[in-house]
Amino acid sequence: MAYDMNPKNIGARIRSAVIVVALAGSLGGCATSGNPKDPIEGFNRAVYGFNEAVDTVLIKPVAQGYDAVLPTPVRTGVTNFFGNIADLFIGVNNLLQGKPDQAVSDLGRVLINSTVGILGLFDVATEAGLEKHEEDFGQTFGRWGVGNGAYVVVPIFGPRTVRDTAGLVLDVAVDPLANIGNVPTRNSLLGLRLVDTRADLLPADKVIEEAALDKYSYVRDGYLQRRRNLVHDGNPPRELLD
Amino acid sequence: MKRLIGLFAALLFSVNVVASDVAPDVLVKNVTNEVLDIVRKDKDIQAGNTKKTLELVEAKVLPHFNFQRMTQLALGREGRQATPEQLRVLTGEFRDLLVRTYSKALTEFRDQEISFKPFKMAATETDVKVRTEIKQTGGKPAQLDYYLEKNAAGWKVYDIEVGGISLVTNYRSTFAQEIRAGGIDGLIRSLQEKNKTADARAK
Repeated sequence: MAYDMNPKNIGARIRSAVIVVALAGSLGGCATSGNPKDPIEGFNRAVYGFNEAVDTVLIKPVAQGYDAVLPTPVRTGVTNFFGNIADLFIGVNNLLQGKPDQAVSDLGRVLINSTVGILGLFDVATEAGLEKHEEDFGQTFGRWGVGNGAYVVVPIFGPRTVRDTAGLVLDVAVDPLANIGNVPTRNSLLGLRLVDTRADLLPADKVIEEAALDKYSYVRDGYLQRRRNLVHDGNPPRELLD
Repeated sequence: MKRLIGLFAALLFSVNVVASDVAPDVLVKNVTNEVLDIVRKDKDIQAGNTKKTLELVEAKVLPHFNFQRMTQLALGREGRQATPEQLRVLTGEFRDLLVRTYSKALTEFRDQEISFKPFKMAATETDVKVRTEIKQTGGKPAQLDYYLEKNAAGWKVYDIEVGGISLVTNYRSTFAQEIRAGGIDGLIRSLQEKNKTADARAK
């Protein structure tokens, strides 16, 4: 499992992702509907429909089967395993955001969970009082003062903004799983992570179905509120309501 | 008879005094614990009996919510064009939608542990935020915050935020979109439609 951090390859990956996003932007340039946060709504709704279709016929059924078959402790172990790998770059992002205390805590989590927690299968660090954080490059850019830009629905990855898409490109470029040299191993692990993540979202999915008048805008507005909350680490300034 | 009415009034009054005497954080804590306790014990609710869950929420949770305020918040400035009658109907439909959403969330997340964050307020404050957290396996705890406002009948919840997403203002742009397309009546129709299909599913 060689971790491919060759800057040339990362550069190539970033370039191809940038092209996809730029293409998305130019395609959507003509479809407008009046929401200033969502200037390419026509395009976004099309991609959203595509994502929903892929989810309905493929990802969701697999996640439901996975959820039904595996006992909860095993599922938790899988979620913890991938969470442990993610903690590494959560720490890096906390450092980039000028939060060294949290970065040290994240690194401590990786050390404890990789050893005492047996390769990250058990999250003993949380029990020990080191709380898990949620950071990514999109949030780091937000912390640095980069605005959201337009809302974009990225194929397969789902809701983002222009800023968070740039963040996503970096997240994927440095993702330890995506950089595993052995292709079958890499793909199996990426697939398992996708299914596990989707399975964790099944309960929330039902609530959204119940709540939404128009699922597309409900998900969009929820995403934008959520990201604003995350960038401010759970304490965003209250938005003025009229 | 007169004495009876007097007794009634006194009772009502004392209930109101008691209700407004309860501090907002204590109120949130008591209601959460009571409701979760029932949900965790009730086999029917766990088996997916939607009607019973709705009844529980109606009885235990609803009295502490201010739906008029919620509807106004979701409407924003678009609400100014609504007549009192339209507002009344709208509030009723929106209330049904929120109650069903809340009931659904309650059943889906019933096994999660909820912790209450430390709370401080000045005695004169009338608008506060009570913070709670839902523990999640393999993830950062999810924030679950209640916004409460004090009125004559005591503290009433006017917004709930899950992970920073407001259950109320998250409707604002959808509502605006519906009103632009079909006016206030168009929005009412969409809400009625949504509630009707959900009711049909619950039966």
